[in-house]
Amino acid sequence: MKPPSPAPINSSAGKPAAPEKIGAATGRQPVADRLATVAAGGQVPAEVHDLVRREPAVLEIDQFNLWYGTKQALHAVSMPIPHGKVTALVGPSGCGKSTLLRSVNRLNDLVPSVRISGDMRLNGDSIYDPRMDVIELRKRMGMVFQRPNPFPMSIYENVVYALRIDGESNRGVLDEVCETSLRGAALWDEVKDRLSDSALGLSGGQQQRLCIARAIAAEPEVLLLDEPCSALDPIATGKVEDLIQELRGRYSVLIVTHNMQQASRSSDYTAFMYLGRLIEYGPTPDIFTKPVLRETEAYVTGRFG
Amino acid sequence: MSSDPHRPRRQRSAHASLAAHGEPWVWLTGGALSLSVAMIVGLLGFIVSQGIGTFWPRPLELFEISDDRRALGEITAEEAAPDGTRRRLVRTANFEITGRHFEWLADGEVTAVTRPPQATVVERLEGGRFHGLPLRVLKGEETLAEGDQAFAEFARLHPDVRRRIRAVWQIDKQDRGILQRRLRAARLAVVSAELSDGRDTKAWQKAHADEEKQRREIDGAEQVLNEQTARLRGANEGLGFEFATAGGERVVLPLADIVRAWQPNRLSLAEKMGVYASRWGEFLSDDPREANSAGGVFPAIWGTVAMTLIMALLVAPFGVLAALYLREYASRGPLTAAVRIAINNLAGVPSIVYGAFGLGFFCYVLGGSIDSLFFRPALVADGQPTFGTGGLLWASLTLALLTLPVVIVATEEALSAVPNSMREGSYACGASKWQTIRRIVLPRALPGIMTGLILAMARGAGEVAPLMLVGVKKLALDLPIDSSFPFVHPEREFMHLAYLIYDVGFQSPNSQAAKPMVFTITFLLVAIIALLNVTAIWIRGRIKRRYVSQQF
Repeated sequence: MKPPSPAPINSSAGKPAAPEKIGAATGRQPVADRLATVAAGGQVPAEVHDLVRREPAVLEIDQFNLWYGTKQALHAVSMPIPHGKVTALVGPSGCGKSTLLRSVNRLNDLVPSVRISGDMRLNGDSIYDPRMDVIELRKRMGMVFQRPNPFPMSIYENVVYALRIDGESNRGVLDEVCETSLRGAALWDEVKDRLSDSALGLSGGQQQRLCIARAIAAEPEVLLLDEPCSALDPIATGKVEDLIQELRGRYSVLIVTHNMQQASRSSDYTAFMYLGRLIEYGPTPDIFTKPVLRETEAYVTGRFG
Repeated sequence: MSSDPHRPRRQRSAHASLAAHGEPWVWLTGGALSLSVAMIVGLLGFIVSQGIGTFWPRPLELFEISDDRRALGEITAEEAAPDGTRRRLVRTANFEITGRHFEWLADGEVTAVTRPPQATVVERLEGGRFHGLPLRVLKGEETLAEGDQAFAEFARLHPDVRRRIRAVWQIDKQDRGILQRRLRAARLAVVSAELSDGRDTKAWQKAHADEEKQRREIDGAEQVLNEQTARLRGANEGLGFEFATAGGERVVLPLADIVRAWQPNRLSLAEKMGVYASRWGEFLSDDPREANSAGGVFPAIWGTVAMTLIMALLVAPFGVLAALYLREYASRGPLTAAVRIAINNLAGVPSIVYGAFGLGFFCYVLGGSIDSLFFRPALVADGQPTFGTGGLLWASLTLALLTLPVVIVATEEALSAVPNSMREGSYACGASKWQTIRRIVLPRALPGIMTGLILAMARGAGEVAPLMLVGVKKLALDLPIDSSFPFVHPEREFMHLAYLIYDVGFQSPNSQAAKPMVFTITFLLVAIIALLNVTAIWIRGRIKRRYVSQQF
């Protein structure tokens, strides 16, 4: 394997896509060529629709590369995440969606072999600035994982965890945050009478909504959802999707999903990734009904991946 | 893929290998388990069956022996002699007369065996048991009762006699102890003044005068105590119980020397249970007597429990912190691997080595330094170390060191069993590493840590060898935790059940008589360890229900 370098960045990736390219999709490389180029380690320019760029961005990913040891997992990913919208990351397994998500709140710092280059900016603050306090950074974001991971404590303490670690002990404040967060996560009515029970006694779907309540308790600037429904049954999935709909507008949501229907139902924007590259990124209706690239169409219609 | 539906299913060949026929592993694993269970149950059953019967009053048999001798005793064992005849081991007691506690009687030399109803067993404060036939109860020269009334009269008089004896002990131990401690404190004040200011200085003279004053007061108080004890002893004076031994001698036993007496051949089942309960009560709540081979083991119970609990309190923080660093902070590498191997190897070091280390480092170096810094007057005045010798604290520390690997390994296992998703969830909430460990990892790992602690306690409570070097004594009646200020005396030497087993079983002058005691003490030790463990398991269960119950 070639020793990786932080340099190989396609110069066109960062620039706005020219409007005339959108209509010219049919005239582009055939599917196999483009994916084969990527598979061979080459670079292809990402198709970022113009509409995305017009939105005010809460998070800006800028030429982001990431290596696990010597294996490069993300290749010069550049994308803005619009403020107050739901943005879905889709792509086949191993394409780097989760890695990208975990890079946003620097959870990958915990993996010893990870190296990165490039940057991300949260409301203008550089995330990978050496002066950035990771702890403070993570407090500005909320994250929900694939499997529900409630903490071994009561429902109440789970929700107010972020405040507790900040040293908040005013019962009034905690009570209020607990209720608004649980209401925000559509869980309040189910658990309001047993807030002091162990969170581990909840059902899987309830646990996941509890994790969402925990993530929104600290009023995050970005909410990161890493396949939040992959361990849930269809009914619980439906509830969590409804919840994402309700969160739209109030929070900026970045969601990784495997489920095309979920992405098309619940997101405003969709980004398609493949083998660590961003391939196409645009408004969800466009990506699912008239994508610029054939590869995207092939993927969202289930012909590969 | 589809085959002919009419083709018969392939039959298993009769020659197929054994593994194809059934589940040989079930038999192997099941067999191993049954064997282990059988051995453990067998051992425990043996201990329990031997230990539980020690205090049961067994019948006294009167043997007529062919050479016109007679012997009165309990049958304790029966076996075939080398020449094929049967013989019985009889506990004949009366050591001061016959010069032995037990006697082998061959069936051939015994002409008759009877159970005289009036045969009496007497447990004495000193000299072991006495077996005899009661003649009369006397006070001085005067006969109070004789014949069949004698035992009833004894039973009427004896409780008061015992009460007075106990009152004397109480005065000797408690009240005189307080006076002795006061006197010693005054004496130490003099020495301390001499050490700091020098002789004949003002402070010294003041301390000296105070000591003189204390001494006069204490002498006065002792006088009072002496009168009290003399009065109590006087009331017991002259009371005696005269017996005839099987051999025909007449022996008078002072009532004050009798702990209890019973006539086993006459007892009903309920009365036997009364004697049984009374002997268990003495065993559990009294001080030992007769070189620990009789009486109670209360100081040893106290010492064992106190030492085990203090050890658990000491080992838990050390072990948990060490494991936390190893698992959560230290980076994986050859150094941590080496540390881990070293810790595992520590678990294999012979325990006597820990004892030697405890003696050399804790007692002599640490204790010696404490003595020369804080207990210099005592060192100078008595020439006796306070902390610079074996004691409860040093024994607990030594055992804490001994059980440290168990706790570290168990804690590490428990920490690594905490799902990483929980840690990530906590980090994602903006928690620092320490906050994550304190609020998420430790509570979740607590049941596993408790398991390690339970194992450590079980191992520590049963350990003998290192304790012999760092503070356990054959006899130490001053409890390490008692009602006299400052209540906890970590420097005191103490008694321990496991050591008592060794001492009574192998160091006793009358080992045959002490044998049942060994089983009883073993039974008690096992029961105490089980009790400690059950308590810890119950606590663990509660924690587990709160933190770990994972349902999906």
